[in-house]
Amino acid sequence: MDFTVNHQALAYLVSAILFIFGLKGLTHPATARRGNFYAMLGMLIAIVATLLGRDVQSYGFIVAGIAGGAVIGVIVALRIQMTAMPQLVAALHSFVGLAAVLVGIGTFLHKQDAGLLNAVLMGEISAGVVIGAITFTGSIIAFGKLQGLLSGAPVKFMGQHLLNALIALAVVGLAVHFAMTGSLLSLVLMTLLAFTLGVTLIIPIGGADMPVIISMLNSYSGWAAAATGFTLHNDLLIIVGALVGCSGAILSFIMCKAMNRSILNVIFGGFGSSSGAGESAGAQAAEKGVKSAVVEDAVYWMEDAGKVIIVPGYGMAVAQAQHSLKELMELLEARGVEVKFAIHPVAGRMPGHMNVLLAEADIPYDRVLEMDEINPEFPGTDVVLVVGANDVVNPAAKEDKTSPIYGMPILDAGRARQVYFLKRSMRPGYSGVDNLLFYQDNTSLVFGDAKETIDGMNSALKGGGH
Amino acid sequence: MPEALDPSIAALYVFVLSCFIGYWVVWGVTPSLHTPLVALTNAISGIVLIGALLVAGDPESGILIQFIGFIAVLLASINVFGGFLVTHRMLSMFKKKK
Repeated sequence: MDFTVNHQALAYLVSAILFIFGLKGLTHPATARRGNFYAMLGMLIAIVATLLGRDVQSYGFIVAGIAGGAVIGVIVALRIQMTAMPQLVAALHSFVGLAAVLVGIGTFLHKQDAGLLNAVLMGEISAGVVIGAITFTGSIIAFGKLQGLLSGAPVKFMGQHLLNALIALAVVGLAVHFAMTGSLLSLVLMTLLAFTLGVTLIIPIGGADMPVIISMLNSYSGWAAAATGFTLHNDLLIIVGALVGCSGAILSFIMCKAMNRSILNVIFGGFGSSSGAGESAGAQAAEKGVKSAVVEDAVYWMEDAGKVIIVPGYGMAVAQAQHSLKELMELLEARGVEVKFAIHPVAGRMPGHMNVLLAEADIPYDRVLEMDEINPEFPGTDVVLVVGANDVVNPAAKEDKTSPIYGMPILDAGRARQVYFLKRSMRPGYSGVDNLLFYQDNTSLVFGDAKETIDGMNSALKGGGH
Repeated sequence: MPEALDPSIAALYVFVLSCFIGYWVVWGVTPSLHTPLVALTNAISGIVLIGALLVAGDPESGILIQFIGFIAVLLASINVFGGFLVTHRMLSMFKKKK
């Protein structure tokens, strides 16, 4: 039997449905793995249906490409550390972007040879190539910042927004010219300028805004796939591209909301600049000094506590302290202490980063609560242990109208009876804002590497010499 | 003969309706699985592989086009295999209390 275009379209429909069920599976951890398998099956069906179609007649390059990609992909996926997930995701986004660029250019050359070019098609090619190119270089910059190859600090210079606007205008102009004339030169220039735009758009954005950037680039990679679908008149690419594009857009929205900032505010920068007013509450509190404590103090309060809440942040990831925290949780539970984890939506460098690290350490997900669920529990909590988090528990977000983070929803850690901050130094958080919680009467700071400090707590609890 | 619908318009229908599906499905995803969500969407955006196969798989095209297609197939495959596997690894870690 001949495998016709109609057969192929039906197979693509099955595949699209499987992708939707795949995403739906992520509604709950219990169904998530099954969801991932649905999506894998959807991809397999899509690939096989494409290979069986009439358009694919030579297989040498294809087999080599898929085999090479499979080997590289599997090795990377097996070796990557969970703490490095944001970097991996950024790198993978860049591949989708570049692949979309290459498919666009390849399709143009192919159709040019066949004499099948028209303005609509070239407009669609432009969209795919431009979005793909921005995704590609933008993701590379994000990768560089996350991996520490580039400074995480925002890079800002005079006339930055004007420059971006001019480049964007030039890209649009070249796209119109390309669609009208089919000039290869315009296509190439447009692509190069879009590559540049990806760089100039992402360099001004600081490390703390990475959860938004990862989500945004996730979204772009989806739109790039959708635009490629328009180019190729392939409905499956359009459907999947739209699903991914929406997903990234929703995540960007959630992340922005969790920082009380608009997406434009993130893109055009703003954090890290001075707040202006010299007499902010932060400055006043700074004169009062902070209390520092030793490991034994914290252990003393925790071992007889009814309830302990642990607030992890990016510092936990840096110190790789999640496994020590799991041990601490078990030791405390053995003494009848209730232990929970509180996660702020923007904790870490990508959405849900902390949840994955805690899951890696075998901490059951039903102990890990989101901000809205756990906030009412802080007033009834004996001890809060803040591990490498800062801005997300800063009461300045509620109390200090001059603070740049004013209005951001926070974890109400300060309402607990005792708060212990594990910190390496007195450096402020990524927002550059002093943390008012440090100066509260019920707060003490324990200085040192988070992992070593927690290991110290664990051995004190094991020693049991109190 | 009746007037035929422009295929780009039909594609626009598919696109817009898919956005609605994406919107509703993704809002249902639990926040604790947002990292796997990013990884999974990343894996399935490797669907550009389909486009890459079409570019690489036409023997009538010149060697340059086929080579461009080959690179695109390679990159998209890294996404598909790497993305699904790393998602699986992450999801396997999410366990309930024993």
